[in-house]
Amino acid sequence: MLSSYLGYYSLILGFILSVWLLFDSFISLSKKNKNLKKNTILVLFLQLFTVVLSFLSLVYSFINSDFSNETVYNNSHTTKPLFYKISGTWGNHEGSLLLWLLVLTLFIFLFIFKSKNQPTKYKLLTLFFQQIIIIGFFLFLLLTSNPFNFLFPIPNEGLGLNPILQDPALAIHPPILYLGYVGSSIIFSASLAALVQKNINADWAQHIKKWIFTAWIFLTLGIMLGSIWAYYELGWGGFWFWDPVENVSLMPWLCLTALLHTIVVLEKRLILQSWTLILSIATFTLSMSGTFLVRSGILNSVHTFANDPSRGVFILIFLFVLIVLSLIIFFFYHPKESSEKKIFWFSKETTILINNWFMMYFLSVVLIGTTYPIFLEVITNEKISVGPPFYHKLLIPFLIPFLIFMAIGPKLKWIKQAFKKIKIQQFILFILSFLISYLIVEKTSVEHLFTTILIGAAFYLFFITIGEFFKKNINFSQNISHFGFSLFVLSVLFNSLFSSEFSANMKIGEELKFDNNLIKFNNIETFDEKNYKSIIANFDIISVKDTTTFNPEIRIYNQPNILTSEADIKSSFFSDKFLVINLLKGDKLFNVRYQNKSFMIWIWISVLLLVFGGLASFVKRYNR
Amino acid sequence: MYGKKVKLRILFLSFVLITIVLTIFLVLKSLEEDVVYFISPTEIKTLTELNPNKKIRVGGMVKEGSIQASTEKINFIITDFKNEINISFAGAIPNLFEEGKGVVAEGFLRDREFLNAKKILAKHDENYMPPEVKEAMEVK
Repeated sequence: MLSSYLGYYSLILGFILSVWLLFDSFISLSKKNKNLKKNTILVLFLQLFTVVLSFLSLVYSFINSDFSNETVYNNSHTTKPLFYKISGTWGNHEGSLLLWLLVLTLFIFLFIFKSKNQPTKYKLLTLFFQQIIIIGFFLFLLLTSNPFNFLFPIPNEGLGLNPILQDPALAIHPPILYLGYVGSSIIFSASLAALVQKNINADWAQHIKKWIFTAWIFLTLGIMLGSIWAYYELGWGGFWFWDPVENVSLMPWLCLTALLHTIVVLEKRLILQSWTLILSIATFTLSMSGTFLVRSGILNSVHTFANDPSRGVFILIFLFVLIVLSLIIFFFYHPKESSEKKIFWFSKETTILINNWFMMYFLSVVLIGTTYPIFLEVITNEKISVGPPFYHKLLIPFLIPFLIFMAIGPKLKWIKQAFKKIKIQQFILFILSFLISYLIVEKTSVEHLFTTILIGAAFYLFFITIGEFFKKNINFSQNISHFGFSLFVLSVLFNSLFSSEFSANMKIGEELKFDNNLIKFNNIETFDEKNYKSIIANFDIISVKDTTTFNPEIRIYNQPNILTSEADIKSSFFSDKFLVINLLKGDKLFNVRYQNKSFMIWIWISVLLLVFGGLASFVKRYNR
Repeated sequence: MYGKKVKLRILFLSFVLITIVLTIFLVLKSLEEDVVYFISPTEIKTLTELNPNKKIRVGGMVKEGSIQASTEKINFIITDFKNEINISFAGAIPNLFEEGKGVVAEGFLRDREFLNAKKILAKHDENYMPPEVKEAMEVK
């Protein structure tokens, strides 16, 4: 009860402070001698404090199962373990928006705090733009999604959290993802501020780069956590399904990755100012559109908490306002590119630009694939879905030049590269990559030529980046990320080439042969856990070499009454063995699926390497 | 006539334009080929032509008492309470695949009565219903 009051009123206070900050920064901007007053910083801190307080009081209500709070009632249950009571705070619409707001206020506070050496006008402008976004979210929360609604009479028991969301990876997935998603808001605000101030130069690039890297690291990690969860929890054994909800996180990621590269070009060469700004604006717009698509209930998925049109309309209007605002600012203030600075076609910046365009192409494909079904349904009332073949067909061929440019780009010089400097070693490496690739592909039954070229291109990047590690004065952060990406592409390709699977419906005690293996369904045992009933099965898979025992599980949760499968996964260096079972017609017959997924672990390792590359860029900077 | 600079610019712009047009063409063509249509059992009955090579999705409820399973196969009936279609499927089923619950089957039509499913989808929410079932139920 009390904590709901506290949470609600501190939200209102926070909203008032935001409006005050908006006017205050505007007034300070219109004055001749601009300065960031101590008061402003204090209010900024208070704003963060109110949102943190509001968030903590919601967490407190969740921990104490305070069912007088509607959000807690809808999403929690007394028998739920403490960890999931806490993570339940952001496992729903209202709470996750409060988390958005928390991250928004946290970022602007950190930004002002960390930008002491930046021009005052720039800081004030950033504060101004960020407050517009913050006010939008305050209004959204208070008007359409108040997390502190009261319920009377107070229910004795809550409705519970969807059990597939009760998972450690998924408990931390939203906060990490939001740090990336919402982190792009500060890039958006700061870019608009730099634009208005006509301050887009090497210094600014160096300063904003840190924020771009921060957002990128969290976004990458957040997407990976979601993907890992989908891998072991959804029971399909895949890690990416081209589901619209996954796509909306991939789109800002592609945009942010492109931005990450152009900002370096801007820093070094002072070109592509407009392009950098467009990318900054687009990244945040895509993050917002993603929120709109997921939260409005247009997309049916586990992420859709409630199907409330008024929320969708609100985000749509807000999004529209932000886009129009940023476009107007862009057209009034956009920098005139100095035509004196030409880009020579064979240089580092050209390869970065080319791959930027490739990323924009990837982005367009994903955007069209995600939104086309929505438009078609609105216009013709026809329901369609766009599946993996569409994306694979349109994306994979273009990975070949993309990988090759990734390999040679970093080796080229800025401004102009002389041809003679290209060494014979690189050419040999090139041939070698395709040779190795051919030897691998030859053994498989897939179409040879295309797969050979694709894997060859990935190997080329792989070898080039390994070679770079042995040289002096390399860009370690860039190299390890590119190396990680080559490893990622290789593992994904090998994963799809060499994985095998077998499925059948089996009775207890039954034995079946498949390939050169024998699968034995030994028995089942049932247990009563705190908030679910557990059925644990025992399987043996006997191959020529060894016997592996699996204990896949089925959980029948009491509140809400949902059944989930917990796959048993045996990870090893070269492959994951994955066994999942499901009930079919009572508990007489079980649906069994066994998969041998090659190089699965390497997919996660390679993404971690990408992230590690991002982190390394900070270490390097501090050492300087 | 024009300076070298202008010529270069025109060349560059036409290059960009051609690339964009080609991209759009490529994307639209793939969309046409790879899109999977959602169809209800009733719509299948009224289809004018059947294309056995085109993947489709059929949505509805799993009819009570219709699930029959052998070691390799699962057969069941999807109903929208007006019409029905037989589904044959070999593979892994999702958690919430149950009689009387919503389901979507993706696969190829053999005829108006029979679909060879390659994938079975059910949503991870006990209250979920495929949109076409919802519509069919509301009409009822």
